[in-house]
Amino acid sequence: MTDAAKTNAATVRVALPYHLRNLAHVEGDVLLEVNAPVTLRAVLDALESRHPMLRGTIREYETGQRRAFLRFFVCEEDWSLESPDKPLPDAVAAGKEPLLILGAIAGG
Amino acid sequence: MSNVRVLVGTRKGAFILNSDGKRKDWTVSGPFFAGWEIYHMKGSPVDPNRIYVSQTSGWFGQLIQRSDDGGKSWHQPGLPNEAIPAPGPPKALPNRFVYDASPETGKPLTTHQWYDGTQHPWEFKRVWHVEPSLNDADTVYAGVEDAALFRSTDGGENWQELSGLRGHGTGPQWQPGAGGMGLHTIILDPTDPKRIYIAISAAGAFRTNDGGATWKPINKGLRSQYIPDPTAEIGHCVHHVAMHRSRPDVLFMQKHWDVMRTDDAGENWREVSGNLPTDFGFAIDVHAHEPETIYVVPIKSDSEHFPLGGKLRVYRSRTGGNEWEPLAKGLPEKDCYVNVLRDAMAVDTLDDCGIYFGTTGGQVYASADAGDSWAPIVRDLPAVLSVEVQTLN
Repeated sequence: MTDAAKTNAATVRVALPYHLRNLAHVEGDVLLEVNAPVTLRAVLDALESRHPMLRGTIREYETGQRRAFLRFFVCEEDWSLESPDKPLPDAVAAGKEPLLILGAIAGG
Repeated sequence: MSNVRVLVGTRKGAFILNSDGKRKDWTVSGPFFAGWEIYHMKGSPVDPNRIYVSQTSGWFGQLIQRSDDGGKSWHQPGLPNEAIPAPGPPKALPNRFVYDASPETGKPLTTHQWYDGTQHPWEFKRVWHVEPSLNDADTVYAGVEDAALFRSTDGGENWQELSGLRGHGTGPQWQPGAGGMGLHTIILDPTDPKRIYIAISAAGAFRTNDGGATWKPINKGLRSQYIPDPTAEIGHCVHHVAMHRSRPDVLFMQKHWDVMRTDDAGENWREVSGNLPTDFGFAIDVHAHEPETIYVVPIKSDSEHFPLGGKLRVYRSRTGGNEWEPLAKGLPEKDCYVNVLRDAMAVDTLDDCGIYFGTTGGQVYASADAGDSWAPIVRDLPAVLSVEVQTLN
């Protein structure tokens, strides 16, 4: 990223479910530099670029659609059905609140 | 002295069981990929340290994992294992299984029959079976749901569909079984690299003689009372097929009901259920050195997926079918209500052929004397989905 681009970049926190943290070999939240506007699509693009082993695990390979049993939460609101291009709340863009990626509670 | 490595896929991870040639004392490694369904794992006959794994999850989808050191370490083929990889797009897409709809191959995304009889587009769900090439450690086949055959020639880094199978003219008549429409059996002919057998639930068995470009249904002689035309060209719920590598024209099949045999590469099948107490089942395999000695695990019925009377029995035929003997020594005599799934039986190639199978109750049983006697290697794994064996020299 160039210095000019960095001035427009925000540090976004992403909280992954247990199995995806293991796949990505990370502990705790993932910190990502994301250019404005900070949207779901931009954050997930940055996440998959940093951790390519996560490609296909959150969004379908071909369609880019959210996998059915995963949900996105930000600032205590369900953003799963929001447009991926809608800007995320300022608190997320500022790194104060994480983007939560959750697996549906199901199975045995 | 030879060693044996048993690769076990379960509902909640993978396990590796190791022993020497006596097959009496075992070490258990795992779980690998804990918490994930491991439909299948299999080692390359060319390089036994190369092991391919299908790791799947309803939440996170399909992953392919690979080991190059006999299961000590794993990685997604072509992807870095470190937390922060080098910049730039990855060249490998090891988990991407996309049906070939390109105009160049002339196979648009087709449809198959849905449960209600309507047409439904193919949708990739998971890899049921991985079959490493007999000649090249970097070539591996994958049988997937919805039924199709994929191949990788770069060690699992990228996959291409052999779309002639899905594009077969009968495709719109294929329909899923209760467990989905999976391509679960892939048999490579050791004498002819262009000949491959596959089987699909519930479409039946198919054969290619040209490396996967064109396919022929090979279901003549199968009879399935539960479909509108019991002798139809396709639509049979084939559970598993096995072959002895010395006789690639002879196949043994455990169908939904019926144990079948062909001596002409699938052109004609005949029933060899003989005196089996029930001919429903999933697993079937062939002795490593006796091509007429075959094994099945009879299951009570398609409504009750457990052994007859709660007694777990392997049945062996030394005559290529029809005449069967129960093998019970060391197996539960009562209160056993597990199932043995289609990919959960395998044999080693030691002089005294070893037979192995896993159960949905989490046991893996081994026999070091061709089935005469059995002992559990482990008893309390998650439900076993697949068992494969490597004989290591």
